[in-house]
Amino acid sequence: MISELFSVTVLIGILASGIRLATPYLYAAIGETFGQKSGVLNLGVEGQMLLGSFVAFYVALTTGNLWLGLLAAMLVGAIMGLAMAYVTVNLHAQQGISGIGFYLFGLGMSELLFQRFMGTVETVKGFPKLYFPGLSDIPGIGEIFFNQNILVYGAYLLVPLAWFVLNKTTLGLKIRAVGENPDAADSLGVSVARIRYFTIILGGTLSGIAGASLSIALLNVFQQGMTSGLGFIAVALVYFGAWRPVGVLGGALLFSLVNSLQLWIQVLGIPIPSDIAVMMPYVLTILVLVATVSRVRAPSALTKPFERGD
Amino acid sequence: MKKIVWLVSLIMVLSMILSACGTAATQAPAEKFRVAVVMPSAINDLAFSQSMYDALVRIQTEMGGPDKFEIVYSENMFVVDDAAAAIRDYATQGFNLVIAHGSQYGSSLQEIAPDFPKTSFAWGTTAETFGQPNIFAYEAASQEGGYVNGVMAATLSSSAVIGVVGPIETGDAKLYVDGFKAGVMATNPDATVNVNYIGSFSDVALASEAATTHIAAGADVLTGTAQMVVGAIGKAEEANALWFGTQSNQSSLAPKIVVASQVYHWEVALREMISLINAGTLGGKTFTANLSNGGEVIEFNPDYALSADAKAAAEAAISGIKDGSVKISLP
Repeated sequence: MISELFSVTVLIGILASGIRLATPYLYAAIGETFGQKSGVLNLGVEGQMLLGSFVAFYVALTTGNLWLGLLAAMLVGAIMGLAMAYVTVNLHAQQGISGIGFYLFGLGMSELLFQRFMGTVETVKGFPKLYFPGLSDIPGIGEIFFNQNILVYGAYLLVPLAWFVLNKTTLGLKIRAVGENPDAADSLGVSVARIRYFTIILGGTLSGIAGASLSIALLNVFQQGMTSGLGFIAVALVYFGAWRPVGVLGGALLFSLVNSLQLWIQVLGIPIPSDIAVMMPYVLTILVLVATVSRVRAPSALTKPFERGD
Repeated sequence: MKKIVWLVSLIMVLSMILSACGTAATQAPAEKFRVAVVMPSAINDLAFSQSMYDALVRIQTEMGGPDKFEIVYSENMFVVDDAAAAIRDYATQGFNLVIAHGSQYGSSLQEIAPDFPKTSFAWGTTAETFGQPNIFAYEAASQEGGYVNGVMAATLSSSAVIGVVGPIETGDAKLYVDGFKAGVMATNPDATVNVNYIGSFSDVALASEAATTHIAAGADVLTGTAQMVVGAIGKAEEANALWFGTQSNQSSLAPKIVVASQVYHWEVALREMISLINAGTLGGKTFTANLSNGGEVIEFNPDYALSADAKAAAEAAISGIKDGSVKISLP
């Protein structure tokens, strides 16, 4: 039975599943990386995702336009980001606690809207799998890499893009400066508030897309509380990835691949109790985190509100 | 500091609003029968919680509407402490029957029930009344409907590979899955049933990836239990695999591929509880919903053209279970 795990079908299955499962984590965690790089911890990701997920689904269901649904999710995420930015930047609120507040708001609001406007679980035709002539037909490779929907590709393109913006542009330099030493950045004429507004709104927008990727691309259904803790795992992945987009990608892929591996372990009837199997991704993540933790350092100003002339 | 206090109170208010949803109730005239129910998921989850809510609504219709039979509910009570508070709240408000619809609420109920000797409580799914004179217990013989679904699945599968998406290996879900496996094996001993417990009642993404995994492993018929399977049904539909539902009727989600659903009709047990309560008995009895007493019903999807031999096999299994000639052996 163990040997079946290394058959071609199973390997293809694990890789294709893992790539899909990592998609929402990537959007949400890359967005969170921007926020944390500028010194703001946003624990409201889960709430932003849920609301984005519902709005995308509902707009797509009523208008029949998936892009409109995606846009609506981005907008809702951005508005929640704007509110979060006001609370943390202008009101100097404790970031962890206000993040939890935004999470609860998103959870409750998405349930309320679902009850009010839908009332029952429905399905929608989501973003189709893209077909690349020639490439999609390559055995194995085609199934894994060239048989996914557009939001999956978007998530992976976001990684080099985020790396470029953070490391190779003036904007990225300002974001990092604000997160490491806001006083110095401020004295050099960088507006700490403006940068943090930008990163938190960007994070909210990406969380909205993360939610939409579930409801109108990967699952094509909305159910209350559907994200099921995924947004919190995304926050953990930022720490795991040591505030680097490539690290986040590694963490998201590792977590997702081990998750799809455990699905196959159960399907193949390998005698490991299901409770142990479902624990695997979490245990492995903790082990890697323990092994790497000493080598990384968080942005110095993370969770610290900035006040001029401190 | 002020702002932190302000935020903490905001969060408290928010969570109170969330948990208070549906708890508002008014004093009613004495002849009205008043029921309150606390459930772990939403009343429209197409699964466990909906089965209870639908049953209560059916009874309400039978008894003559909201003036005769009042239903109040708290849904999404996945935090047991919140559920316990809600149960106590309802008991204080003088409801005739307070239903704790979730096996996780048991130990809370064991504590609360003795404080309200005049209130009747019902707890499910379980057979345990804690010896309390005011607790009814109810459970479902889910293995029976699981067996019937399994018989049909084995008849309809051409690859003889069948996939099961389960939540956590316990209680009602385990009974259904084990009954389903027994039904498949009794019909086609050479078939393979792959079972996947994903470790969650809410992770729609993982449940749908589990369905994709089953399909990649060759399954052409799938089933699953609990509310997170809604995503899995979509994956079955994409791959043109068949689906068997349980707990509530899931045909509406994918009318082309849902063959049949085992549906719980809790009203059978509820009717008995209500007449016992009206006669002065507040608990101490266990009810089991099964195919014989109509507490479980196999509802076929009228939009799916079920082959005659599969239908005949299902009906033979149903009557066999009812008259006792079919014995379901569970591991």
